[in-house]
Amino acid sequence: MSGALSGWLAYAASFGVLVLVQGVACLGLNLQWGQTGLFNVGVAGLVAVGAYTSAILTSAAVAGHSGGFGLPVVVGCLGAVLVAGAVSGLLGLLTLRLRTDYLAITTFGVAVVIDLLIRNLTGLTGGPLGIGFIPRPFESLGLGADAFRAVSFVWVALVVLLAYLLLERLVASPWGRVLRALREDERAAAALGKSPTRYRLQSFVIGGALMGLAGALQAHTLGFIAPENYSAALTFQVWAMLIIGGSGNNRGALLGSVLVVALWSATGLLAANVLPPDWQARGAALRIVAIGVLLAAAILWRPRGLMGESVTVSRHLDHD
Amino acid sequence: MKGDAEQRSMTDDRPVLRARGLVRAFNGIRAVDAVDLSVSAGEILGVIGPNGAGKSTLFNLLAGELLPTAGTIELLGERVERAPAATRLAQGMGRTFQIPRPFGALSVLENVMLGAQDHAGERVFANWLAPSRVHAAERDAKARAMELLAFMKLAPLAREPARVLSIGQRKLLELARVMMAAPRVVLLDEPMAGVHPVLVETLSERIAALAREGTTFLLVEHQLSLIAAVCQRVLVMAAGRVLVSGSPAAVLADPRVAEAYLGGVTT
Repeated sequence: MSGALSGWLAYAASFGVLVLVQGVACLGLNLQWGQTGLFNVGVAGLVAVGAYTSAILTSAAVAGHSGGFGLPVVVGCLGAVLVAGAVSGLLGLLTLRLRTDYLAITTFGVAVVIDLLIRNLTGLTGGPLGIGFIPRPFESLGLGADAFRAVSFVWVALVVLLAYLLLERLVASPWGRVLRALREDERAAAALGKSPTRYRLQSFVIGGALMGLAGALQAHTLGFIAPENYSAALTFQVWAMLIIGGSGNNRGALLGSVLVVALWSATGLLAANVLPPDWQARGAALRIVAIGVLLAAAILWRPRGLMGESVTVSRHLDHD
Repeated sequence: MKGDAEQRSMTDDRPVLRARGLVRAFNGIRAVDAVDLSVSAGEILGVIGPNGAGKSTLFNLLAGELLPTAGTIELLGERVERAPAATRLAQGMGRTFQIPRPFGALSVLENVMLGAQDHAGERVFANWLAPSRVHAAERDAKARAMELLAFMKLAPLAREPARVLSIGQRKLLELARVMMAAPRVVLLDEPMAGVHPVLVETLSERIAALAREGTTFLLVEHQLSLIAAVCQRVLVMAAGRVLVSGSPAAVLADPRVAEAYLGGVTT
């Protein structure tokens, strides 16, 4: 009985970690697209930058590899945030003057370049094999597998909560109001003295930093990373989460993460348990189709997502 | 450079806005051709002319959306003709749009609050490190915005999304939004076009009241009849040049004006 219960809890904890990790990337995308209208289809690339940065900073040195600094996980996560933010900033400086469709093409191209770099800078990233033995917090306590999963969930949840609160404070403010104004009508916002380039760059950097944090959290919960974790499918999933949950609403972004990860896990279980072995590969492809169907349904019946955005942005105007 | 109520003086005769020898050519055609104009504090100057006279180009040059081919623009004594549109308001000049551009998904109140300049809450780190300063700035901005909304007779709609407003109400909203920055001079792009007659009256009244308090207006309009009552001085454009300038009555009586309108653009 208690074994079954703890097994269930452990499953819930793993599920929760997955939701939180992708949820952070989704919060980043919500800032860029939902609040500011920046079409970033290079999400996976920025998550990868965060994952590899933190893995390289925190892993123990391995002969024949550069990197492996053995620094604390906290330093790794902060490094991931800074480096992913810096990469976003550079990308933003080069592209934010472009129109939406060009921005999309450029961000996609950058994600491809990041993928190629990761696969080929073998000395730093382990190439196709990735990086293993990335430190996982509380691993050294020698907890059982189930308890360890629960502990992982708790620390990740605390980090995500902190990021969420900082982000909410920033977005539900006059700053967030300017982003919304720029998204709605750039020319009118510029006429009110709001520099489009400045605010877009800020939004792009902070959103990219959150994607980097997602990568770091993933690296430190899984313990190993490899290039195929950061394929275009990840970008697609994060976009699906945002559109289904409600673009422009942070709680909607997190709700979307729960739904998409739930669908992903449920279809995975279904495929593994129901489909005959020779159908397994096709089953994996059908999981992506299932998310596509959910996405299409959301766009058809709830185009603003499950949670729409509010008419009043600034939290300072709430209580009166 | 920001508009400061104490600096305003009705007796100040120095021009608030002055253009000299302004030229803008498109592929060799001079849409605006050596235009001089100057507006002093509290004055309401109307710029009219038939289609193709160069009014919109002149407006866009003054607003900073187009760079002049030649000539200068001085705002409060500072040269601004090369400065981008987004810096004009902080320098003391606001504008509205011919087809109003409210932020439809945002509340009417927050639309107006966006006009505030140098708002502490619009900086990233202030929101994390100095929330009480942001809160105070936001409280002041809200009080000022509500005042302006009441002045424009829009206060009951403060909490509604701006998309519900009628054309005339949107024009009033745009005026409130730009007045939030306390500009010294405001450019109005066809302020009366498409507005319900009842609101035309409200709009002209409000513009006149703001001008009495010292705000300068330059408005571009297609039809002279719509602005004759509001403007003290009218400048008629035709084929990129200033044809006549004077009081609305004098301009209306000028045969060259009738000819420009009836005979179309003379090239």
